[in-house]
Amino acid sequence: MSTVKLTVNGKAVAVDVEDRTLLVQLLRDHLNLTGTHVGCDTSQCGACVVHMDGRAVKSCTMLAGQADGANVTTIEGIAKGDELHPMQAAFRDNHGLQCGYCTPGMIMSAIDIVHRHGGQLDEPTVRHELEGNICRCTGYHNIVKAVLDAAGRMKVSQAAE
Amino acid sequence: MGVEGIGARVVRKEDKRFITGKGRYVDDIKLLGMTHAHFIRSPHAHAKVKGIDSSTALKMPGVVAVLTGQQLVDDKVGNLICGWAITSKDGSPMKMGAWPAMAPETVRFVGQAVAVVIADSKNLARDAAEAVVVDYEELPAVADVHAAIKAGAPQLHPEAPGNQVYDWVIGDEGATDAAFAKAANVVKLDVTNNRLAPNAMEPRAAIADYDQAEEHFTLYTTSQNPHVARLVLSAFYNIAPEHKLRVIAPDVGGGFGSKIFIYPEEMVALWASKKVGRPVKWTSDRTEAFLTDAHGRDHVTHAEMAFDANNKITGLKVKTYANFGAYMSLFSSSVPTYLYATLLSGQYNIPAIHAEVIGVYTNTTPVDAYRGAGRPEASYLIERLMETAARQLNVDPAALRRTNFITQFPHQTPVIMAYDTGDFNASLDAAMKAIDYAGFPARKAKAKADGKLRGIGVSCYIEACGIAPSKAVGSLGAGVGLWESAEVRVNPVGTIEILTGSHSHGQGHETTFCQLVADRLGVPISQVSIVHGDTDKVQFGMGTYGSRSAAVGLTAILKAMEKMESKAKKIAAHALEASEADIVIENGEFKVTGTDKAIAFPMVALAAYTAHNLPEGMEPGLKESAFYDPTNFTFPAGTYICELEVDPGTGKTSFVNFVAADDFGRLINPMIVEGQVHGGLVQGIGQALLEHAIYDANGQPVTASFMDYAMPRADDVPSFNLSHTTTLCPGNPLGIKGCGEAGAIGASAAVINAITDAIGKNNLEMPATPDRVWRTIHAA
Repeated sequence: MSTVKLTVNGKAVAVDVEDRTLLVQLLRDHLNLTGTHVGCDTSQCGACVVHMDGRAVKSCTMLAGQADGANVTTIEGIAKGDELHPMQAAFRDNHGLQCGYCTPGMIMSAIDIVHRHGGQLDEPTVRHELEGNICRCTGYHNIVKAVLDAAGRMKVSQAAE
Repeated sequence: MGVEGIGARVVRKEDKRFITGKGRYVDDIKLLGMTHAHFIRSPHAHAKVKGIDSSTALKMPGVVAVLTGQQLVDDKVGNLICGWAITSKDGSPMKMGAWPAMAPETVRFVGQAVAVVIADSKNLARDAAEAVVVDYEELPAVADVHAAIKAGAPQLHPEAPGNQVYDWVIGDEGATDAAFAKAANVVKLDVTNNRLAPNAMEPRAAIADYDQAEEHFTLYTTSQNPHVARLVLSAFYNIAPEHKLRVIAPDVGGGFGSKIFIYPEEMVALWASKKVGRPVKWTSDRTEAFLTDAHGRDHVTHAEMAFDANNKITGLKVKTYANFGAYMSLFSSSVPTYLYATLLSGQYNIPAIHAEVIGVYTNTTPVDAYRGAGRPEASYLIERLMETAARQLNVDPAALRRTNFITQFPHQTPVIMAYDTGDFNASLDAAMKAIDYAGFPARKAKAKADGKLRGIGVSCYIEACGIAPSKAVGSLGAGVGLWESAEVRVNPVGTIEILTGSHSHGQGHETTFCQLVADRLGVPISQVSIVHGDTDKVQFGMGTYGSRSAAVGLTAILKAMEKMESKAKKIAAHALEASEADIVIENGEFKVTGTDKAIAFPMVALAAYTAHNLPEGMEPGLKESAFYDPTNFTFPAGTYICELEVDPGTGKTSFVNFVAADDFGRLINPMIVEGQVHGGLVQGIGQALLEHAIYDANGQPVTASFMDYAMPRADDVPSFNLSHTTTLCPGNPLGIKGCGEAGAIGASAAVINAITDAIGKNNLEMPATPDRVWRTIHAA
């Protein structure tokens, strides 16, 4: 057992976990943050993507201990109160989700994609960058639309800040 | 239609919880004292179970129990069932091999459970499972239909000599033979419809909770049809009588057919929760999903089509071998028979059809309905045949289809189905216009100059949806009726709860079903809630599959709404001192037509519940229910055209354009309909280019993770150009045909027709991987 201390969605937490505990297990089983999902166990599907120190990571593919001291943001932590993150709003407005299971990971990956590419996003880039996130419902068409839409919204909201 | 009524592109009510991480899937639920199950599964495709030694595991930390198949037998838990009886051409019933939830004696596919460890945590259960020693005696195995039907092949079930489930026929063999005898041309084709793994992104899961005092079970499960699950668990598996079993299917992360069936794991979880006296949770991992979720497709077919001198089809002969895997899953028997062979007429006037379907056991995961279920296999076969015929007869593929389209409705095909309506020319026209079919030769020539092989492929699909008229399916062997139920509960303040037996696992019912209410009453959808997925709340229902939720489920809601509105009108007329016949409903008000007299809907609701001043003899309250049984299947149809380029150097396919023109009848929410089509198209493209659940000759699965099984990724597929043509379905009052499966049914043939057009060689199996395409291009 080890104590892992980290910040999750702005809140400092200390959790006693078995050494083999994965970050996704810490989030789901210990902190009850069940918005982060597990879809494949082999780091392919991206349903488990969260942000760690500002980067998108697959939380099923790292130990909780590796997040010691880190700042982790999950899908539960990106809206400001009732105000959705522009990526969340864009997924809703563009019907970028159906069953919702891949959605948290998609949104967390997509925010990271926009951050890394700034405003320089086009459809082929979005499709290529989403390679690590699998969706079985939407056929990606509306996810791609949502990411491109959000990229514009995020530029506007950054400019406003 | 109003801003939230029928036809409006309303954003989904359910989205907020999904985009904020507040969805509630089975694995998100924790119960007090909950234990965790881990199944011990056979690593062999075929073996005798000689013994199970769990003595070491039982001493390990946190282990509560290790339960085996023999204990299931001892407790008289029933075997799994197949709910659709098929009769072979010799009059004999289908041959069902016994399928226990955990194998006490013989395992017949890799992944079949033999025992389960129950422990305080998932990790402890897994640790202990490592220490359970199972003594197997390996037996020879067969993995594909060719091997399984050979003389001397290893036999799976004593009940099924020759590994044959059934040998079933449909159509008029004599008339078909006569048509072929007179044919001017005969076109022949052999096709394999590749086996697929459904892969809903949420793995299956179950939590079973036994209440000893009440002798009552609660099951949270990933189901598309919780009431059917309860019925089967009660009536056939002896788990508990229905009133002592509550089944809850909360948010479910995709189904595509794979979550229709009642699997061994739910049964074992229920039984185990009573045995250990604590709740039991099981969540599949992805490899378990590959091993145990029912697979789809897996047909091997030889077909021949006869034409007269005017290129009119005169006859069709089909012989299909369908791989059922090791056991008959819940609705598996119906898939290659009544869901497949009944659609072999496609969109075409074919006077004589004869089809024979031979079901075969193999040492592989059971096969059952996967998005489209039989109809993709039929559509793929017919549309590959039409393309092959056009090439052989040297006519334009679109023109050959047009020559043979059914244009008069209703149309009785020779294979049971009676198409009610459609306009196949309209959807073909729309798709050809959208892709600029006329300009294709110039584009092909330009691509050739750039060193690329460009091709275009047409697919005109039809499906039978709105499953299904109960009497009709009953006469064909179904063990259940396929109606739907609904209840409309108006609260005293005028808010409305709609209870439905349909289940949403991505389809957006919480929005579209509200749109019907908004359309009829003029109330905002925020005033309406949809309640589904809980057998304690909704009395009964048949669930969601076969593109049935709108055509059947929403019609049931409409019927209940009509009853509720009729009573509400009486109350309004009484309050307004007017005749009931003069009351109209507009913008949330009940009005006396032609006057300014009106009463708001909430006041009508309140009057119903205060009951201070109701019409003489009227019962208080405002709640109505309905069961709706459709009168026919519905027949969505359309044309998909795919234009693509093949790189002759690598065999890699790149999409240029993909257009879809569908006729789904009336659309409730076009945004959601488009989403359904996008998703279906990518599953069809996935089958055509990427996906294949492969077994080696010994029955070992080769593709049991996302590292080995190629799921379509975003950069594998194009964006789509969709349009709709409309003929309203005459079979239901809303005119709805259904849209959930079309994409998966029609897309594969469009892709393969386009690739074979590009490379100039007709024979190409799915998935058309670059390697396979390259070899086909360069084959002698």
